Amino acid sequence: MRTLWFLLKKLAEDRVALLGFVLILLLVLAAVLAPVLATHPGDVLDLHPEDRLLGPSGTHFLGTDRMGSDIYSRLLFGARITILIAVIAVGASLIIGVPIGLIAGYYHTWFSDLLMRISDIFLAVPQVVLAIAIAQTLGPSLPNVILALSVTYWPWFTRLVYAETRSLQNEIFIESSIALGASPWRVILFHVLPSVSSPIIVRTSIGMGFTILTAATLGFLGLGPPPPTPEWGRMISESREFLPQAWWYAAAPGMAIFVVVMGFNLLGDGLRDILDPRIRRGARDEG
Amino acid sequence: MKLLVLTLKRALWFLPTVVGLIIITFIISRIIPADPVALVAGDTATPAQVAALRAKLGLDQPLPMQLLNYFEGLLRGDFGRSLFTTRPIADDLMHRLPATIELTLAAMLFTMVVGIPLGVISAMRRNSLLDHALRVVTVSGLAIASFWLGIMLQLWLAMQWDWLPLAGRIEGFKPTDITGMYTVDSLLTGNWSAFASAAAHLILPALTLAFPALATVVRFTRAGVLDVVQSNFVLYERAMGFPPVLITWKYILRNALISTVTQIGLLFGILLAGTVVIETVFNWPGIGYYAVSSILLSDYNAIMGFTIWSGVIFIIVNLLVDIGHTFIDPRESGA
Repeated sequence: MRTLWFLLKKLAEDRVALLGFVLILLLVLAAVLAPVLATHPGDVLDLHPEDRLLGPSGTHFLGTDRMGSDIYSRLLFGARITILIAVIAVGASLIIGVPIGLIAGYYHTWFSDLLMRISDIFLAVPQVVLAIAIAQTLGPSLPNVILALSVTYWPWFTRLVYAETRSLQNEIFIESSIALGASPWRVILFHVLPSVSSPIIVRTSIGMGFTILTAATLGFLGLGPPPPTPEWGRMISESREFLPQAWWYAAAPGMAIFVVVMGFNLLGDGLRDILDPRIRRGARDEG
Repeated sequence: MKLLVLTLKRALWFLPTVVGLIIITFIISRIIPADPVALVAGDTATPAQVAALRAKLGLDQPLPMQLLNYFEGLLRGDFGRSLFTTRPIADDLMHRLPATIELTLAAMLFTMVVGIPLGVISAMRRNSLLDHALRVVTVSGLAIASFWLGIMLQLWLAMQWDWLPLAGRIEGFKPTDITGMYTVDSLLTGNWSAFASAAAHLILPALTLAFPALATVVRFTRAGVLDVVQSNFVLYERAMGFPPVLITWKYILRNALISTVTQIGLLFGILLAGTVVIETVFNWPGIGYYAVSSILLSDYNAIMGFTIWSGVIFIIVNLLVDIGHTFIDPRESGA
């Protein structure tokens, strides 16, 4: 609890990280309050062909799309899809990736080598390529997008946790707890895991942004949840045939993606500065 | 001798990764709910026709046998045939390779030429307004959806203002085929009008592709320079009264670049992943465009071929970077 308080206090001092935090808060608010904030809450499903492709105005803040639906309202409901995808996919990657990294890093056996080889295979291909292949194979739907993203993102956590765990192996506090007779599980859970939690937190924030981008890419290529789901990437691809006239149709969802991913990246950057004073706004692996 | 052994060791290390990648891709392509044979044969095919086609494609054999056959083909450079055009996938990939290489190289060039100086300036004027502005640019480079950036550039620069061509590789006739890269070929043959057209078509996709990589290069160069600035040799050169410009752009940059150069593998990954989407946005007839069209056609053999191909390229580049790193920085070879 005290660590959390410390974290929040530090966050409030770093203006850039705070901006990231505020942007994410806005996303969450948009998703939760979508039915209240939306001017045309029914437009996720309703069609109004007579209103199609209207420019931004007082009644339609961000214009309307090819079906005559209000883009602003659809974006708000799309925030729910975005959060759903990012939280489940990154959560699943954490649940798979962190334990594998801990075990592979703590033990020195053929099994840890095997685990790391497997994660290397996944890291050998750009994530988006593998995710496209999986999403296509399984067919376009929301659960399949989440599955494709989870299956391809966990190795990033494994790699990270593995490297951090290995770097701890000669630390006195680990050796002494082993000498005191602590079981391997106790050492891993109560001594190793807390020590590697900072990079995990940073990676989680950056990973959320990265996952949202990849999910939007899948949606753009037609591999996301099928219409009428208001998925942001799909909205951009729909808009292309109406350019350059309906510029708002393409601009609005892209802006939404940009702002949200920017929020997670800024927060991740700020958290890294706070949690890892060794590297100040430096360059570490992006992903 | 020690370096050679190390190089061989690293190369061998990557072999299991490639084999594993092929197996995983194979498994993915075989858990499809839909039956590709029925898909290719069409709705009107009789069961007998479907069975004959299945046997012809080798899909009636048990899975391990299919995998072995696939491996055997790969060793001969045979990626199988496209389910739709029945053309060999290896040929299709080779045919489209120059377009992708041209685009990637142009993006890489832009990234280096613009990114490295920006990184140095950003570090030398740390915490200045310029540094903060560049930080915003670099953070947004990794936050922007590249397909959206491409569409926005098309919208303003091509559609609204008509400054640059919208999509495609060239207008009019292709230059004589030498390397397959239009800009290079037209230069070699002295075909200036073709060069102008090819170069104009290259600008937008290359810029779009370069943007995220540019952000990474600026960050790495900045961090590298900041590391070196505080070292003793810089202090010494300052004390000797070397001109600051010389210190910065020669001695600091040379040392700072080591970390940037070793990130080429990472950059390459960003660019390779980017081509898939950006070639689609700009109708650039390269490998990425091929992959996306195969995906939309459910051409599983082609998707597998592409996944394995890009994985192998990616692994080879990382291997080369790894080996290059041991040459640049001899400390590494001890590890």
